Amino acid sequence: MNITRRLMLGAATGLALAATSLGAVAQTPDDMLVIANRIDDITTLDPAQSFEFAGADVIRNVYGKLVNFDPADLGAGYQPDLAESWEVSEDGRTITFTMRPGMTFHSGNPVRAEDAAWSLQRAVKLDKTPSFILTQFGFTPENVEEMIRAEDDKVIITTDQKYAPSFVLNALTATIGAIVDKETVMQHEVEGDMGNEWLKTNSAGSYAYRVANWKPNESVTLEVYEDFYKGAPEMKRVIVRHIQESATQRLLLERGDIDAARNLNPEDIAGIQDAEGIEIDDILRGRLMYISLNQNHPQLSDPRVVEAIKHLIDYEGMQNSFLNGQYTIHQNFLPQTYLGAVDENPFEMNVERARELLDEAGIDELTLEVGVREAQERLEIAQSLQNTFAQAGINLEITVGTGQQILSRYRARDLPIYLGAWGPDYPDPHTNASTFAYNPDNSEDAQLTGILAWRNAWPAEGFTERVDAAATETDTATRERMYQEIQADFREEAPFVIMFQQIEQLARKDNVENLTLGEAITAAAYWPVTK
Amino acid sequence: MTDTTEQREARHPSRLLAALRKIGATLGQIAFTMVGLLFVTFVIGRVMPIDPVIAVVGERATQAQYQAAYEAMGLDQPLFVQFIQYIWDVMRGDFGMSLLNARPVAEDIARVFPATLELATLGTIIGVAIGVPLGVLAAVKRGTWIDQTARVVALIGYSMPIFWLGLVGLLIFYGILGWVGGPGRVGIFYVDVVPSVTGMILVDSALDGNWTVFRNALSHIVLPASLLGYYSLAYISRMTRSFMLEQLSSEYIITARVKGLSERAVIWRHAFRNIRVQLITVVALSYAGLLEGSVLTEIIFAWPGIGSYITTALLSADMNAVLGGTVVVGLVFVCLNVFSDLLYKFLDPRAE
Repeated sequence: MNITRRLMLGAATGLALAATSLGAVAQTPDDMLVIANRIDDITTLDPAQSFEFAGADVIRNVYGKLVNFDPADLGAGYQPDLAESWEVSEDGRTITFTMRPGMTFHSGNPVRAEDAAWSLQRAVKLDKTPSFILTQFGFTPENVEEMIRAEDDKVIITTDQKYAPSFVLNALTATIGAIVDKETVMQHEVEGDMGNEWLKTNSAGSYAYRVANWKPNESVTLEVYEDFYKGAPEMKRVIVRHIQESATQRLLLERGDIDAARNLNPEDIAGIQDAEGIEIDDILRGRLMYISLNQNHPQLSDPRVVEAIKHLIDYEGMQNSFLNGQYTIHQNFLPQTYLGAVDENPFEMNVERARELLDEAGIDELTLEVGVREAQERLEIAQSLQNTFAQAGINLEITVGTGQQILSRYRARDLPIYLGAWGPDYPDPHTNASTFAYNPDNSEDAQLTGILAWRNAWPAEGFTERVDAAATETDTATRERMYQEIQADFREEAPFVIMFQQIEQLARKDNVENLTLGEAITAAAYWPVTK
Repeated sequence: MTDTTEQREARHPSRLLAALRKIGATLGQIAFTMVGLLFVTFVIGRVMPIDPVIAVVGERATQAQYQAAYEAMGLDQPLFVQFIQYIWDVMRGDFGMSLLNARPVAEDIARVFPATLELATLGTIIGVAIGVPLGVLAAVKRGTWIDQTARVVALIGYSMPIFWLGLVGLLIFYGILGWVGGPGRVGIFYVDVVPSVTGMILVDSALDGNWTVFRNALSHIVLPASLLGYYSLAYISRMTRSFMLEQLSSEYIITARVKGLSERAVIWRHAFRNIRVQLITVVALSYAGLLEGSVLTEIIFAWPGIGSYITTALLSADMNAVLGGTVVVGLVFVCLNVFSDLLYKFLDPRAE
């Protein structure tokens, strides 16, 4: 009894002490923005190399570009940024930008045309993954100093042939178009890497914020740059915390420890949407969910089987159940809000029609493998496909793996069916057209592993030339119509089934205003945020 | 009869030699274990159907970019050459660069391991402080309501998913009651406020004399540590009970009682004294388990520890980070084993 009493007394004392000694939870200050997000995809903060969503959010707030999107009016398209104006030459090959005077980098160095030209040259010479966004205009490490050059306050960009000016300018709004401080970066050059190693974890920009700290899988902290040419932002510090779990993000938001949560699942959104002081914003993003059918597969190369599969997907059922609020039906390769986007979604679940097509193709039963990475929504889509395919006699075997596992097989043309997502690389229709509907060499040796059409062994006959033509069309209205027509044919013929476009549901405290995530075309902007 | 001076002098060098030989053998065992561990992890990492190059260059990379990265990562070398190179680098304290975030793995581990160490240590302290007395009590009061309660407590600790317990704990103590700090190691106002000496915020803030940060950090760690402590106490209390029951039924305990010793003396001075050696192994194993990283706890509480670090690295095919983390975790296991062996011998000289 003695021991029992002592133990209980000790436990009670411990609990009481714990309860009284722990402080109350603090709220975020008025000049600080705290966001919960999954940021474990950041691999580098060098704009010449960064190619992930979370990295793009950081870089958009740290680096200016020659042209950029205004977060207050994204629909207006590219606008002047570090360049205050530009002129296109008569032959359509040269664009001359005039730099905005009086701007400085975070280091205090002036922002010069030389910095802008060097930044673009650097991105081409480093030849990292996103470099294709620039090199598609004919720049090579050998010719880029000649093709992109600075003269006084002018940056002169000459492309290898005539392109639609909107195409070139849109490409310059991508992360790789960020202008870095040449002097600062070159102080940290190691073995001719043009400061690549240093810039992976540091910043040398001229925009609203500088990177104060990046702790991988933990947080990114941005500190205000008071001399930002658009005026000092109200938020003096922005902290993006890596919070993996939706439920944890929700709790933090409800307790007021964060201002916004970016990864709440449908259940948590439903649970929080009527909460006092919290607003939910639905934002259409650029990511598309699709399946692709490998044309090396004997049955999948039959157009009747391809069409049958397009009728064996319960688009509405998925949208209205487990994808509710997260994805919307979209059956075209250009995301809504892009130039040339269309909202025609002709396919719906029709088992009878699918069965007819399979009968025409002489297929009674068929077993197919689908590769899918281990992510909740994709697994649920795969299971739905398995169920609906079975109704027409197609047995779908689901292979689940990590992103790298599945991607390796996809790139090697080894998967009969791939279920995955695709996000545009830059805000121009060519970005998706040139991967879904473009394949200049379908041979095995070509190894065009970056092109989705090639990965599925689809030669894209009749499409490749049209995509090229659209990229060089200078009249914007005509260009828009060309993409609409390409998509109409693509929907019918291509061995791709585009199913959904992503919606991001941003949950934020209602005192947080003007927080834009960039919609489908760009990344988040923190500088306009007020509380 | 006593030794002569000559005899003692003659014996000393051999005793020293034996001690040195023992230390050498222990170090050799450690080295052998570590190389073995590294080899197995290295081979598994290489044969796994995950492509580390894609993790670095991304989905859009051209074949030329892929090939360049493949060669830059040394993957074009034979596996054996890669392994020897890796061992050579590790021996120089170089775990390589993380393939994903381009930082030295050693730096990453120095950042994440103290977070786990702090959490696991506090969890183990809680587990031992409650689990051992609970186990003793359950054994002494065998079959009573106290024993049954202890069993239920342990059963819940064993069977409840830690993921669920963590969420419920957060909801009640953080979300509703507001008694504890939320996820993360410290509130956003206190991030990087105290200079990092050990990497453990409780220790660093105490060293710095910054008690505001200390209180805040304590409010953040108390819930995940209690959770791990609970998990740990479930195991420790059951083992303690089992060891004690064995002792309490021994003849020497009956003799002690017959001799008229007080119950406290019988339990603590006789029975408990004899289970200390076994308990050390149990506690060491439990501690090592927590140090290895409680991935789910770390994810729920946004705790940037080594468990979630290795898991993220593994899923992203960042093999340098996986290997670096494995070396550290392996080293911890080996050190704890050696430490418990030493303690074993100290408490029970017969173990020599």
